[in-house]
Amino acid sequence: MKQILTVQNLGISFSQYMKGLRRRSLKVISNLDIELHEGEILAIVGASGSGKSLLAGAILGILPENAALEGEIYYEGQLLSQKDKEKIRGKEIALIPQSVNYLDPLQKVGRQIGISIQKNGGFRTGGSDESRDKTIEHDLPKDKVIENILQKYGLDKAVADYYPFQLSGGMARKVLLATALTSGAKVIIADEPTPGLDEPSLNEVLKDFRGLADDGCSILMITHDIEAALKIADKVAVFYAGTTLEVANTRDFDGGDSSSGDGLLRHPYSKALNNARPNVGFLPSEGSQPFPDNLPKGCPFSDRCVMRTEECEKELPAFREIRGGKVRCIHAT
Amino acid sequence: MIGIREKTILSISVFSFFFAAILIAGSLIKEDSLYVELSNIFAPPGGGHIFGTDWVGRDMLVRTVKGLSLSMKIGLLCSVASSLIAMVLGVAAPLLGGKVDIFISWLIDFVLSIPHTLAIILISIACGGGLQGIVIGVTATHWTSLTRVIRAEVMQIREAEYTKLSRRFGKGNLFIAKEHVLPHIIPQLVIGTVLIFPHAILHEASVTFLGFGLPAHEPAIGVILSESMKYLTSGKWWLAFFPGISLIAVSMMVNSIGKNIERLIDPKTAYR
Amino acid sequence: MKKSTRKFLFQRFFKLITLLIALCVVTFILMELSPIDPVTAYVGASTKVGAEQRALIAEHWGLNRPPVERFMAWFTSILQGDWGTSMIYRRPVLEVIGQKFLSSLALMGIAWILSGIIGFILGIVAGIKEGKLADKLISAYCHILISTPTFWLGILFIMVFAVQLGWFPVAMSTPIGVLAEDVSLLDRLSHLVLPALTLSVLGIANICLHTREKTADVMRTDYVLFAKARGESSRSIVFNHVIKNVSLPAVTLQFLSFSELFGGAIFVEQVFSYPGLGHAVVQSGLRGDLPLLMGIAIISLIFVYTGNLTADILYRVIDPRIREEVKA
Repeated sequence: MKQILTVQNLGISFSQYMKGLRRRSLKVISNLDIELHEGEILAIVGASGSGKSLLAGAILGILPENAALEGEIYYEGQLLSQKDKEKIRGKEIALIPQSVNYLDPLQKVGRQIGISIQKNGGFRTGGSDESRDKTIEHDLPKDKVIENILQKYGLDKAVADYYPFQLSGGMARKVLLATALTSGAKVIIADEPTPGLDEPSLNEVLKDFRGLADDGCSILMITHDIEAALKIADKVAVFYAGTTLEVANTRDFDGGDSSSGDGLLRHPYSKALNNARPNVGFLPSEGSQPFPDNLPKGCPFSDRCVMRTEECEKELPAFREIRGGKVRCIHAT
Repeated sequence: MIGIREKTILSISVFSFFFAAILIAGSLIKEDSLYVELSNIFAPPGGGHIFGTDWVGRDMLVRTVKGLSLSMKIGLLCSVASSLIAMVLGVAAPLLGGKVDIFISWLIDFVLSIPHTLAIILISIACGGGLQGIVIGVTATHWTSLTRVIRAEVMQIREAEYTKLSRRFGKGNLFIAKEHVLPHIIPQLVIGTVLIFPHAILHEASVTFLGFGLPAHEPAIGVILSESMKYLTSGKWWLAFFPGISLIAVSMMVNSIGKNIERLIDPKTAYR
Repeated sequence: MKKSTRKFLFQRFFKLITLLIALCVVTFILMELSPIDPVTAYVGASTKVGAEQRALIAEHWGLNRPPVERFMAWFTSILQGDWGTSMIYRRPVLEVIGQKFLSSLALMGIAWILSGIIGFILGIVAGIKEGKLADKLISAYCHILISTPTFWLGILFIMVFAVQLGWFPVAMSTPIGVLAEDVSLLDRLSHLVLPALTLSVLGIANICLHTREKTADVMRTDYVLFAKARGESSRSIVFNHVIKNVSLPAVTLQFLSFSELFGGAIFVEQVFSYPGLGHAVVQSGLRGDLPLLMGIAIISLIFVYTGNLTADILYRVIDPRIREEVKA
C-alpha cells in the first residue's frame, strides 16, 4: 500500500538554562524513523518520558518555540515545510489530543466539534457496517452533523451545550475523538487516546479506529497502553529514550515461543517490554530509562541490556531490515 | 554571545550604579551650590545649564538631582518600612491563623478600599504635613500586596512536611517563623521591597505636588514640579519637563531592577 | 434568588458595613490628631472674630466634650443623613458631594471606558505577538506610563495641547466669567477632553499589561495548541478562543481599578482645575474643611467597594465554571 506519512531521522532538541549562567541544548528525540501507509494503524509504544508526544507536535508544526527540529517529514511523498504543515493540519492530518485541557474551557462542546467540519460537511463514521458506504455524509447542517456524531458515541445531544468542565473523563475522550472524526482527514494522530475509558467505551473506540483504517484512513496511535495498541494496530514502533528501536508487525508480539514471550521480536528492549505484559510474562525489567541529558553513547538501551557487548557502547546501531521489520541492534537476528 | 542571564545581571548592575550615583551626588550638593543668579533667570536648556534655570536663576539639573535624592531617600525609607510590615503581618496571619488571619485579610481589604492618594492626604493632615506625614502615609498604604504574596508563601511552608514535623516536636510559632519561614521568604521580601520603591517615590512626589507632603522650601521633586505649574502658560516647559522625566527614569530603573532580580530568583521565569 | 447568592450578597453587605464603620473611626481619629483648629478653619484668618465668639462656636459644636462623645454624636448624625456643613463651600456636605461627584463621574466614566477599550485591544495585540516588535513597543509604552505620575502627564498635555497647539482651554470646566447656565455643551466638552484623556492614558497601562499577560498565557495553553493543530487561522484563534478567555479577567480588573481611577482623578482635577470631587479633596484638605474631607472619604470607599463587588458578581454571572456551580 501507498506510503502516506514518512518521518526520517527526526531529532528534537530544546535549549534551556541551567543553574548559574550555563545554557545547554537538550536533545529529547534523536533518530526517530517511522513510515505510515494508507489504511494502516501504526502504534508508537514507549514508556512515558520517551518523547513520543512530541512526534505529533513535529508532524503538525506545533512544537514550542525553543524547540529545534531536524530530519525530514514527508506527506504523500512531499517534504513538508512549516508552511505546508500549517496548510494541511486539521484538513489532511487531524490530531486527537490527550486530555480535556485541549478544549477551550469557555466554549460549548458542540461548537468545538463543529470547528473541524469543513465546507463539504459530514464526518467519517467507520466501524459499524451499515454506515460503511456513506463514510462521508455530505451537505448536512453543522448542528445535525454534531448531533449525529454525539449520538454515535451514545452521548445525549444535550452534551453539545456542555462546557468542557462538565464532561466526565469518558465523555471528554469521546468528544476529543469526535473533533477528529468530523474533520474528514486522511491521517489521524491519536495522542494517548485510551486512558479514562471504561472497557465497553475502549472497545468501541478501538473498533472505530480499525473501521476508519479499513476505510482508508491512516492512524498514528501514540500510546503507552501496549495491550490496546496490539488489539488494532498493524505495526508497532517501539520507542525508547527518544529513539525508535524497532518497528515490528503486531503478530510478532504474540508469535513464536510463548513461554519466553520473546516471540518474533528483534530488539532486546521490545522483548523485555513484551515480557512485562500481564498475560505474557509479567516480568518487570530492571533499571529505568535514561534521561535525555544522560544517554549512553552507543545504543540507548546498552546500560540495561542483557546482550550488551563492547561494540554496543561505541555508536548507535543503524536501522536494519530483518524479517519484515526494522531494528536498531547489532545482535538482532 | 551574551545570554539572557548575563544581560539581566548586567542591567541590574548598571541601574544600581546609576541609582547609587544619583543618591550620593544629590546628598553631596549643598544648599549653597544652589546659588541664586538673578542675571540668568529662566534660561532655556542648553549651554551652561542643560536643564535650564528657574525663576531665580538656579540650575535646574542641580535642583533636580538634589530633589531626586531626597525623594529617593524617602522612597527607600517607605519601601523598607512597608515590607517590614508585610513581613510581620504576612508571617503572623497564617501561623497564628483563625481570627488573626481573618482580621489581617480584612485589614488589607480596608486599606485597599480607600484610594491611596486620599488615604495619604488624610494621614498627612493628621500629622500636620511634612516629612513625618508623608512617610507614614506612604508606608501605611503600600504594604498590602506584598503581605498577600508573603501570606500565600507562608501558607505553603506551613503545610510542608518539615514544618509539621517541627510542630510535632513541640516547637513554637516563633521558632518555626525563624527557622523555616524566614529563609524562604527572603527572596520575596527583597523583590517586594525593590518593587514597592517606584510606587512609593511616585506617591511621595505626587502628594507633595498637591501640597500635602514636604513643605515648599524643601528641595523635593514634587515641590519643583508644583512650582513649575505657575509658569506653565508662559511656556517655561523645561521647568516641568526635565524633573518629571528624571523622576520617571528613576522609577523605571528601579522597577527594572526589581523585575530582573525576580527573573533571576524565580525559576519559573528564569528557565523559560 | 438562590440561597448561596443571598448568602454571598449578605456577606458582602456586612463587610461593607464593617469597612464603613472602621473608616469613620479611623478618619475621626486622624482628624483629631491633626493640628487643624476647626474654628479657625471656619472663621478663616480674619481677626474680626474675637476669642469670645470663637469659644461660643466651639461650645455650639460641642468641641469641648470628650472625643468619644463627639464621635458618637458625629457618627449618629452621619447615620441620620446629616453630614455637616462644608466650611469652604458653606453648604451641606452631602449637597456639595452630590454635585461634585456628578461632574467627576463624567470625567472618570469617559476615562474608564476609553482606557478599558484601548488597553484591552493593545493588550491582546501584544500578547499574541509576545516577544515581537509590536509587543516590545506596547510593553515599553505601558511601562513608561506606569512610572509616570498622573499630574505630570497632565502638565505635559497642557504644555503641548493647550499652550503650544492651543487646541484646548488651559483650565476650568467652564470659561471664567460665564454663567454656568450659559455654557454650551461644546464648551463643556472641550474642557472635559484633555482631563479625560490624561486620566485614560494612565488607565491603559494597567489593563493592557494585564491583558497581555493573560493573552500570552492563553496562547501557551493546550487548547490554543490544539486549535492550531486543527488548522484554525490566527484570526480565528484570536476571535474564537483568546478574546473570550481574556475578556472576563480584563473586565474584572477594570472594575477593580476604581480606586486608582479615583486617585488619578484627584490629580487630574487639580492640574486642570476641574471642579469635581478630586478638586474638592485637595481644597478641603489644604483649607482644613474636615467635614467635607470626611464625607468624601466615606463616598470614595463606597465607590471603590461598588467596583469590587461588581467584579465579584460579574465573575459569578459570566464564568460558566462558577455559574454552573452556583446553580447546582
